[in-house]
Amino acid sequence: MSGTSATIEKRLDHLQHHFIDSDQQFESAKLGMWIFLATEILFFGGLFAAYIVYRSWYPELYIQASTELNTFWGAINTGVLIGSSLTVAMAIRSAQLNQIKGLIYNLYITIALAFVFMVIKYFEYTHKFHLGIYPGEYYTFEGIAHEKANIFFSIYYMMTGVHGLHVLIGIGLMIWLVFKAKKGAFHSGYYTPVEITGLYWHLVDIIWIFLFPLLYLID
Amino acid sequence: MATTEETPTRKIQVKRFKPEEYPEKHYLNQEKGLWAWLTTVDHKKIGLMYLMSVAFFFLVGGVLALLLRTELLTPARNFMTADVYNQVFTLHGAIMIFFFLIPSVPAALGNFVLPLQLGAKDVAFPRLNLASFYIYVIGALFTITAIFTGGIDTGWTFYTPYSSTTGGSVAMMTLGVFILGFSSILTGLNFIVTIHKLRSPGITWNKLPLNLWGLYATSLIQILATPVLAITLLLLTMERVLSIGIFDPALGGDPVLYQHFFWFYSHPAVYIMIVPGFGIVSEIISTFSKKVIFGYWAIALSSLAIAFIGFLVWGHHMFTAGQSSLANMVFSFLTFLVGIPTGIKIFNWLATMYKGSIDLKTPMVYILVFLFLFTIGGFTGIMLGALSVDVHLHDTYYVVAHFHYVMMGGMVMAFLGGLHYWWPKMFGKMYSEFWGKIAAGIIFVGFNMTFLPQFIMGSQGMPRRYYNYIDQFQAFHQFSTIGAYIMGVGFVIIAAYLLHSLLRGEKASSNPWGSRALEWQTSSPPDLHNFKHTPVIINGPYDYHKPMSEFQLGIATPHNGHGHHEEEGMDVAETEKEKA
Repeated sequence: MSGTSATIEKRLDHLQHHFIDSDQQFESAKLGMWIFLATEILFFGGLFAAYIVYRSWYPELYIQASTELNTFWGAINTGVLIGSSLTVAMAIRSAQLNQIKGLIYNLYITIALAFVFMVIKYFEYTHKFHLGIYPGEYYTFEGIAHEKANIFFSIYYMMTGVHGLHVLIGIGLMIWLVFKAKKGAFHSGYYTPVEITGLYWHLVDIIWIFLFPLLYLID
Repeated sequence: MATTEETPTRKIQVKRFKPEEYPEKHYLNQEKGLWAWLTTVDHKKIGLMYLMSVAFFFLVGGVLALLLRTELLTPARNFMTADVYNQVFTLHGAIMIFFFLIPSVPAALGNFVLPLQLGAKDVAFPRLNLASFYIYVIGALFTITAIFTGGIDTGWTFYTPYSSTTGGSVAMMTLGVFILGFSSILTGLNFIVTIHKLRSPGITWNKLPLNLWGLYATSLIQILATPVLAITLLLLTMERVLSIGIFDPALGGDPVLYQHFFWFYSHPAVYIMIVPGFGIVSEIISTFSKKVIFGYWAIALSSLAIAFIGFLVWGHHMFTAGQSSLANMVFSFLTFLVGIPTGIKIFNWLATMYKGSIDLKTPMVYILVFLFLFTIGGFTGIMLGALSVDVHLHDTYYVVAHFHYVMMGGMVMAFLGGLHYWWPKMFGKMYSEFWGKIAAGIIFVGFNMTFLPQFIMGSQGMPRRYYNYIDQFQAFHQFSTIGAYIMGVGFVIIAAYLLHSLLRGEKASSNPWGSRALEWQTSSPPDLHNFKHTPVIINGPYDYHKPMSEFQLGIATPHNGHGHHEEEGMDVAETEKEKA
């Protein structure tokens, strides 16, 4: 380690009183995030289970209804999210190398990509509402010759809606990270929030990677 | 990460350390004022705030239970209408389960004890811990709103399609429980990380107190099962708000899917309620038998086994719901398997007591009550798990009696045992041993009077959740109601002497029970940071080989890689002076 005792103090002011050292604090935070991600998978697992049950009951419905989803924009969104996973990983790399500017730029790009995702999602939703494809009993679309068509879209709205909520939370977290980074809170000795937000963001990405083929690509 | 210069093998220099008796400054008086309490991140205070909350909800749930029993005194209507009765039993179930049983041991007692037993200063994420308390409060506020804006009459299980079509504020209630779930998840997450990462030097996995193995298994269930309840209740809320039609057959949904989802959480959830109780039993039995716990690994691993098997048995709630007969058989078989680790525990506890020098203090009395009642609850559970018998007993008072023997006879007794056991540590005050035993006896008698007749009624066909009944059951119901009143008296006595202890109780020494567990090696009440030094564990928590005077704790010093605070060095020097 380098420098005077003043810099060492600065490097340790993130350390909370109940931890022995930075390593212990970092590892705890990371383990906590992994456990949280496990709960997220089980949370979405319920929706996936509902998807599987209804798909095994009405396989032809899923194939018909899925044609109403726009594969092109879905694919674009997949690309956007995968790209944002890359930039968030680059943000962590920048923090590890003590490149605070790089960290902030990479976070900006990630936030921008997340907004692109949400905007595309917004246009997809409004297009469907325009056609009368609402969830549940408000469903009025006539284009699918299947009496349970509303169920597919209920599941679609629940899955993509809950996922979209996670994207919004991710945007909020990353804006918070940008503020903290600008204040100089992060350096190569302390970037735990960046790392665990990155983990969260990868999960959001991976869930979309499952949602996209399951909803859009089954025909 | 920040590199710390240290040699790969840490050599720990150990100094002996004795706890101070009733220190002037401790966690209860270090910071004063309401605001300091509401914003505290100290796990001990958060534990106490949980304790007050669960005590409040236990009171509410208990009063509701007494109202139900009073209504059942006669076969006809006494003082409530059938609709009110439905709302009252729903609230009794929901409040007792979601607001009392689930947070009672993990969040209230566990929060207080877990870092102490680890020799840690706090849980891994203290602010998250406080947040989870406030999430609990918000969930409770939603539920109270639901009660006053129409009530709920679905039963605590919220079965569809009734719950998606009935009046009242079911959505508000399910949202409340949804929010509550996050509190439970965050507590579980916090505990797992704390147990993994914040153990004091010397606490290896085979010196981990069995209470923590119990809490660890509980936390695993909390983080793996609760999210499924969350999504289920979210879907149910959406079902009511937007009629999405996943569970409502009128809209093309499947009500049995709801039951699968619900019990995938709620069966493991009964283990969230009972497994931490097992942990407390292990602690108390060893302490009051003055004996090494028998079969440490068997007890530790059987907690994990229960957590694991608990995820595979949810279908036994749906034997009569149109499940395939193959699934019924598999679930019935798996249900029997739960009996094995549970039996292992019971036998190991009995073996611990065998030839021990048993000290029948109040906590131990509760544990004996636990062993008796829980065994009855367990065996009747096996009977309900048997397919053909369950078809007869399903939805009768037999199920009600079984559940109360397990939850009240098991978990509440373990909770009371733990509360009395750790009471001196929490407040530094002793309670009246005499009244403690009297109350335990009254509750034991009252409990059996309340629920034994319900087994008989159930096997004779008295269905649960009915507000009136045929005349032949009247004698049983009246006996049961009188038992409930007796139990109520027992709880009033407990409240009275515990309050008295808080105000006028004599001061407790740091280790009134002569226990070897780590939480008793610090002062009562503990320091704000639990231990004045990072403790080094030399003997395990059940090591009764040596007399107490020789059982002391080591201190880690800053020079051997533990502790980074300047003052800590000072403290060590002071103790050395003390010794000299």
